[in-house]
Amino acid sequence: MNPAAARYHVVHETTYAYESPVSVSRQLLHLTPRECPWQSCLEHRISIDPEPGFSRSQCDHFGNPLRLFAIEAAHSRLVVRSESTIEVRPHLPVLPSADGTDSRETPSAESATAALAASLAHSPPWESVCESLAYGAMPVRIEANRFLFESPYVRVKHEFAAYAKPCFTPQRPLLEAVQALMQRIHSEFEFDPEATTVSTPVLKILEDKRGVCQDFAHLMLACLRSLGLSARYVSGYLLTQPPPGQPRLVGADASHAWISVYCPGPDGSLWVDFDPTNNLLPDTQHITLAWGRDFGDVSPLRGVILGGDEHELDVAVTVTPWENGGFILPEA
Amino acid sequence: MPRTLLSIYPRKTDRFDEMLAADGEVRPPWRPFFEHLNAATPEQMRHRLSYVRRRILENGVTYNVYADPKGADRPWELDPLPLILSAGEWQEISTAVTQRARLLNAVLVDLYGEQTLLRDGALPPALVYGHNGFLWPCQGIRPPGDTWLHLYAADLARSPDGRWWVIADRTQSPSGAGYALENRLIISRVFPEQFNDLGVQHLADFFHRLQENLAQWAPHEGEIPLIVLLTPGPYNETYFEHAYLARYLGYPLVEGQDLTVRGDCVYLKTLTGLRRVHAILRRLDDDFCDPLELRGDSALGVPGLLQAVRAGKVLVANALGSSLLESAALPGFLPGACERLLGETLAMPSVGTWWCGEVAALEFTIEHLDHLVIKGSFPSQRMDPVFGNELKGDKRDEMIARLRARPQAYVAQELVAFSQAPAWSTKHDRRLLPRGVALRVYVAATAAGYMVMPGGLTRVSAASNARYIAMQRGGSSKDTWVLSDDGVSTFSLIKHLVGKADLVHSGSNLSSRVVENLYWFGRYTERCDDAARLLRAGLSRLVETGADATPALASVFDLCRALKLLPEPDADDARLVTAIDARAEHESRLELKVHRSGFETQMLDAICDEEWGDGIAGNIRRLLWVGTQVRERFSLDNWHALNRLQQKLQRYSKVRPEISDALAFLDQMLLASSSLAGFAMDNMTRDDGWRFLIIGRRIERVIFLSNAISQFLRLESTRAAGSIEWLLELTDSIITYRSRYMAQPELLPALDLIVFDNANPHAVVFQLQNLVRYLRRLSRELGDPHDDSLQPALARLLSFDLGRLENLNFSECRQCDPCLDLADILDDISEVSATLSDRLAMRYFTHVGDVGRQTLAA
Repeated sequence: MNPAAARYHVVHETTYAYESPVSVSRQLLHLTPRECPWQSCLEHRISIDPEPGFSRSQCDHFGNPLRLFAIEAAHSRLVVRSESTIEVRPHLPVLPSADGTDSRETPSAESATAALAASLAHSPPWESVCESLAYGAMPVRIEANRFLFESPYVRVKHEFAAYAKPCFTPQRPLLEAVQALMQRIHSEFEFDPEATTVSTPVLKILEDKRGVCQDFAHLMLACLRSLGLSARYVSGYLLTQPPPGQPRLVGADASHAWISVYCPGPDGSLWVDFDPTNNLLPDTQHITLAWGRDFGDVSPLRGVILGGDEHELDVAVTVTPWENGGFILPEA
Repeated sequence: MPRTLLSIYPRKTDRFDEMLAADGEVRPPWRPFFEHLNAATPEQMRHRLSYVRRRILENGVTYNVYADPKGADRPWELDPLPLILSAGEWQEISTAVTQRARLLNAVLVDLYGEQTLLRDGALPPALVYGHNGFLWPCQGIRPPGDTWLHLYAADLARSPDGRWWVIADRTQSPSGAGYALENRLIISRVFPEQFNDLGVQHLADFFHRLQENLAQWAPHEGEIPLIVLLTPGPYNETYFEHAYLARYLGYPLVEGQDLTVRGDCVYLKTLTGLRRVHAILRRLDDDFCDPLELRGDSALGVPGLLQAVRAGKVLVANALGSSLLESAALPGFLPGACERLLGETLAMPSVGTWWCGEVAALEFTIEHLDHLVIKGSFPSQRMDPVFGNELKGDKRDEMIARLRARPQAYVAQELVAFSQAPAWSTKHDRRLLPRGVALRVYVAATAAGYMVMPGGLTRVSAASNARYIAMQRGGSSKDTWVLSDDGVSTFSLIKHLVGKADLVHSGSNLSSRVVENLYWFGRYTERCDDAARLLRAGLSRLVETGADATPALASVFDLCRALKLLPEPDADDARLVTAIDARAEHESRLELKVHRSGFETQMLDAICDEEWGDGIAGNIRRLLWVGTQVRERFSLDNWHALNRLQQKLQRYSKVRPEISDALAFLDQMLLASSSLAGFAMDNMTRDDGWRFLIIGRRIERVIFLSNAISQFLRLESTRAAGSIEWLLELTDSIITYRSRYMAQPELLPALDLIVFDNANPHAVVFQLQNLVRYLRRLSRELGDPHDDSLQPALARLLSFDLGRLENLNFSECRQCDPCLDLADILDDISEVSATLSDRLAMRYFTHVGDVGRQTLAA
């Protein structure tokens, strides 16, 4: 194991309790962590109660693992439990300066923050990135184009561009500008689970300046796409109990969301993660589940039920770090 | 010789005239038809116009207009004069539109597959990834035969130089082919000789090819393929057409809730259980088709449908995702795509189109705004076209600012100049009016490649100078006659799909929803029938003069009130007193008159008042509503009678009819109801749907009869002279009675006839015994336990000793035991029958209306 890598055990349990029996339920699950260059899923299983009559594993159109199932017998309770063991390796962006020197080798390398800042400063000017994505520019960057436009939860409007503009000064390096936007959102918006629901429009988030991690991610995506930049929504987890001496991060004990921005580099393209809820660039404390254009593409459970009337939903996420050669798992 | 029609036909030089050449001569393909028209008398033409209008009303050809606040069906508009095209000209159109269908299909294959058009820069990614019509979960799906478009339509217009242009592509689920068929049916009968002499090409073959192709590609796995037509339901603007096509093609008309996905397969919920569906011809927009993977807020779709498509277990036509091509921006990129994908030159140009997402196009658009029309790039923008030359001052600046702010969302198009064709003026005796026309041409996928329907839907602008033609905006339509050079092909089915082993005898494809609607159709027809008989008994006594008729009138009125057929009287309206008061001994002639007018008002309200839900107007509305949902099951003739009644009622709701008109209306209504009953007995297949219709009718009748007779026995006013006579009228038994007894009606023989006689179709016992029989047959067919809940009530009724009434003086008796005992038994029967109805609904219709709901968890 890479000494800098982190290993986690994640349990994500979702329970629906229905007021009256559900006769048919079909569900799509984005609960299996995707493989990334910096992340490996070592163990994984999903258990479903009641046992589905039909179940299938496949990949969705963004390359995320997807589980489909259907229960065609009446049931008043549905429990979906996903359990994974995941290794996450450091992956903060490392960009060489224009003269070819690696930022890790700069004199101030002892300070990780300074190294990161230097690396971000080496990213190309944001306007040039917009130009490389505009129609007519060759080659056509298909993957980036997929995350360039409006999507059901992310609007493209001049209000968002206007909000982002102070951070995107002329010729500013892309990643530096994105970091500034993240900081602005983090400082001006309040985390408030009561303020919004899944259906709160992103424009309302901008007006009210409060919400949860999904809202901040959608807002940041709206800002970037309204400027003509490509950015995707990332769904995942955060460590529940922080290491001793470190502050507990917001968004733990539930699934978390952040964004990833497209940045062309000399050695190919790079997607760089930003977490506006915590004002940081995700590294080994963030576990990636799936990515898409917005929440709608990768919501952990999406289903259609017949019957059921009202229901109660309970979601519990527990992330346990590997310590002293093993997991100290909470009692089941 | 009257002056020629051409003498007042205005000629325009700035647009192409379909009938007249530049030199003012009638074009050769039009000559025989024009000569006929020129020679036709005004009477002949009036006759033809009224035929067209009548057929449309009677066939119920409607088009729902969303903008209409009442949501009312609007009659379809059809001009009697066809658009005529020569065989040679048609050949060109046909070749070009077929090529376009191939091209668009290839574009879909590419965009949902390799996306080379995007990678090579031949198509802007914004028009794909930025388009709601691009259904992301459909990427990678390969429909059978790589056929995405099974039915495609191109909207064509002709420019002043005579060339045809494509002005829009319909790839989602093109509407109008059914209307074209209906237009043909009507117009070929308006001009039968011309139609035959000119050798107009027939349309039927086209639809048979489409059917063959669907059957061929449906993954039927050795079964006879079950193909259904999926509709969003009766609120859709073209629902008439969905029902019409379903009947024409012989496909069950289904809504999303009629279908269910189990495992990887799609099933139709029928009375006898689930039946596998192999292909779906859809009229539902693709993003609404599966709330699980597509739009989660869709209550119209089938959860899991996409998975069934992905697994190759069902064919959906057109394929889910094909609405992607309905973008105003796409045509500008088609010439390039045609070279790239087909290696051919695009045969028919599109109207000049500039997508503002390209910098040069944006600048061009702003510079030439006066000559362009601005449209939204995507249908989801629901933007009305903006004509550049109408924009002045601020509005113009505003538009330019909008274009600059979001150039990708806009498209500039050249103004389309429509050609003109003559339409027959409905306001003059004999006059042709020049009207702008656009032609919608249909293409179907067949085993031998794409095939064009030889004809099409010609849409006609409301005014001669229209820049825009839309049925939603008051346009009209024409039949389209394509002439043939070498005789008309008579259609023949090439391949036989049904063998002896595949013969189907029962209506096993009936969806439960259809059966429920048939059941209620039966009940509402009978309910209208019963109400009409009762009101007729009342109104006919109202027109009889003299005080003698009053007691009987008062008793009918009381029964109407007891059966809740009359609206509640207005408290302030002094005229509306109860019948009891009207019968008072000391009544003056003047008072009598006042009471009569009160009866009249209320009875007419019971017929015409739409607000009063339990009256005839309300019940006819419900009858038409349930009928609309199963209209593909009825013959068109059935609609004629119903539609006429509805139209009359609409007039009556504004101006109350005279009593004599109201009586005539009730007669007409009873005639319609008995012709529906006759149709059911004589023309409908005896399947379970039929059985439910008849059961509905019997249940409604037994409830009405037992309630009416029970109340008759309980009410005091019925003791008056003449009451038993109307009771017999009410049960349509007066003739039988007279032929049997040849005397003034008496209670005992009357009750024997209308309660106990099992040969009288209007007797209580007849209803019960028949119901028992039908229910037994039903349980045998469906394998359900037999419902014998009617038996005890029937037995109790049969054990009632009629002899107890033998020495009863009915005119004198009040609350006597024999009358009350029989009334109690009848009340019991009514209650048991109502419970039976609920139980049938529980057993057979419960899942109808079950709509899936989306759930999301983070």
